[in-house]
Amino acid sequence: MKKGWLLLLTLVAALLVAGPVMAQVKSLNGAGATFPAPVYTKWAYKYNQDTGVKVNYQAIGSGGGIAQIKAKTVDFGGTDAPLKPEDLKSLGIFQFPTVMGGVVPIFNVKGVKAGDINIDGSTLADIFMGKIAKWNDPAIKKLNPEAKLPDKNITVVHRSDGSGTTFIFTSYLSAVSPAFKSGVGAGKAVKWPGKNSVGAKGNPGVAGQVQNIDGAIGYVEYAYAFQNKIPTIDMKNKAGKVVKPSLESFQAAASSADWNTAPPGFALMMIDQPGDNSWPICGLTWIMVYKDQPDAAKGKAILKFFDWCYKNGDAMAKELHYGPMPDNVVKMVQDGWAKEMKSGGKALWP
Amino acid sequence: MKQTLEKKDYEEDTIPESELFSPQDKPKPARGDTYFRWLTAVCALVLPLIMIAIGLALLYYSVPALRKFGIGFFFSEEWNPVTQQFGALSSIYGTLVSTILAMLIAVPLSLAIALFLVELAPPRISRTVGTMIELLAAIPSIIYGMWGLFVFAPIMAGYVQPWLSTYIGWIPGIGALFQGPPMGLGMLTAGIILGFMVLPFTCAITRDVFQMVPPVVKESAFGMGATTWEVTTKVTIPYGLVGIIGAFFLGLGRALGETMAVTFVIGNAHKVNLGLFYPGNSIASAMANEFTEATEITYISALICLGLVLFILTYLVQIVSQMLLRRMYRAWSVGL
Repeated sequence: MKKGWLLLLTLVAALLVAGPVMAQVKSLNGAGATFPAPVYTKWAYKYNQDTGVKVNYQAIGSGGGIAQIKAKTVDFGGTDAPLKPEDLKSLGIFQFPTVMGGVVPIFNVKGVKAGDINIDGSTLADIFMGKIAKWNDPAIKKLNPEAKLPDKNITVVHRSDGSGTTFIFTSYLSAVSPAFKSGVGAGKAVKWPGKNSVGAKGNPGVAGQVQNIDGAIGYVEYAYAFQNKIPTIDMKNKAGKVVKPSLESFQAAASSADWNTAPPGFALMMIDQPGDNSWPICGLTWIMVYKDQPDAAKGKAILKFFDWCYKNGDAMAKELHYGPMPDNVVKMVQDGWAKEMKSGGKALWP
Repeated sequence: MKQTLEKKDYEEDTIPESELFSPQDKPKPARGDTYFRWLTAVCALVLPLIMIAIGLALLYYSVPALRKFGIGFFFSEEWNPVTQQFGALSSIYGTLVSTILAMLIAVPLSLAIALFLVELAPPRISRTVGTMIELLAAIPSIIYGMWGLFVFAPIMAGYVQPWLSTYIGWIPGIGALFQGPPMGLGMLTAGIILGFMVLPFTCAITRDVFQMVPPVVKESAFGMGATTWEVTTKVTIPYGLVGIIGAFFLGLGRALGETMAVTFVIGNAHKVNLGLFYPGNSIASAMANEFTEATEITYISALICLGLVLFILTYLVQIVSQMLLRRMYRAWSVGL
């Protein structure tokens, strides 16, 4: 009996001593954007198997991610909309991209199949502003002389919840249509002007609603449209070529983007990029960490995790229909780590 | 024979002095009693404190929006996160309209169902249906929302809305309510789904109230030769009226704050439209939709201010219902 107590006591004491040490290196906490959550979760799972370090990522939304990193309740935050350069500076945050994804227009018109029609940016903007209200409008017909487009009202389905998807989509429409830029603008939630427009919650809500209404058009993340086999519309890109949404066309956009002139924090909007094969509506998702880490071991552990993701995560990202970062971008990010990530004045990387 | 009432003097019924406790003799309460009293008092205090704390927090965080937009916040339809212009009108309007629609559906239906269960149905059916109503009340609201989006909205779009706009839409006046694009989503769908959600609650309580009407009262009415209909309208309903109204206010409170189910089917547009087919939004749905990705202070503050409006609205409903109940109770002083 007495021996048992002694054993228990030693165990408790050992735990008390070892606990904090274990916590430092054994687990990392992050929170933020929902868009990259599936791939972060997958990376974390594999990373835990390989190294024993547990990474928890809570998909609470970009706004929540920014709030949590500001409150310093998490080790890293995720966001779909980049922080402004002045905010990065005043908060002392280092921001770097992890993966990219595409946003695709989806539609439902009886008798018209996926890939049958294509559209250009300014026409798409006019549709989402309610200026083009019928599927057989001359502007759509001109782009698709062969398609059989019915005399049907267009119902616009947009996201009702604030989302990075809406941010990417409206950024694109603002970039290609001055009328959209002045009338609506870009944001995670915007005021949709069209009378025949309806808001639905999340990718499933938009997709469900588009499939319910004959004559509907909407936009969702590529991964969602791909997995659920929802008819998509091909886009005419900046080079004037019609492209299909695919991981290849997203990566074409990433590699033709000019990273050297990107704003601080790699805040590059991957929209309307040059290149014959570039999909015009892509977006990055970013991780935010403090440049000055109070705890060197933890700071190192965070960078180690993302280094592992860059090195080993490409295949997993592609499986989930995310585009991995090109090698030159990874190098730029890691140069940034070496220069800016510090703990007590000492560099954390490499 | 003449009977008169004579004044009679009774002996005063007082307790003799000796039998009275003087304060000193009063048995001292055990110490445990005092502690327990304080403990319960503190527990009871927690509730109003939480309420006040929530109210104050809402008020505090609404200040930036109120300062920027002033009283105009409550009368502006504009809601544009890009230009940071916010107004609560469409959300307040949507909350009220969807709640009114829900009550228009829930009140008559739950009265009818409760009467059927208590007065008319054979006991076995009454029991089964009663259990089903309680089960309905336990279904999470998101299930109602998803059912509304994937099953009910297509039915509305395909059959109900076209029918309504052809056969009622042309009537001047009331017809204006049944206009708009037949998308299946919108104020009307939200109101109906909300009505279905509130129904189990109001129905269950109304049934309990009817069951509590003493059989003696009803039987005496039957004994006088009253029909079932007469007993129902003249005895059962008046007797339980206070309880029934209470049930409806409970349902009203639930409808006002319902979030998920409404978010799925209301269409989520910050617009005020008379036509019930048009998409609208409610306070709770606007907050659920936009809070996660709101990062600017004005935006967050405007959303919290919406919460404050809902808080006050719900509180007013409670106060009004309490006042109404008390007045009715005093006026008739019958029933439960």
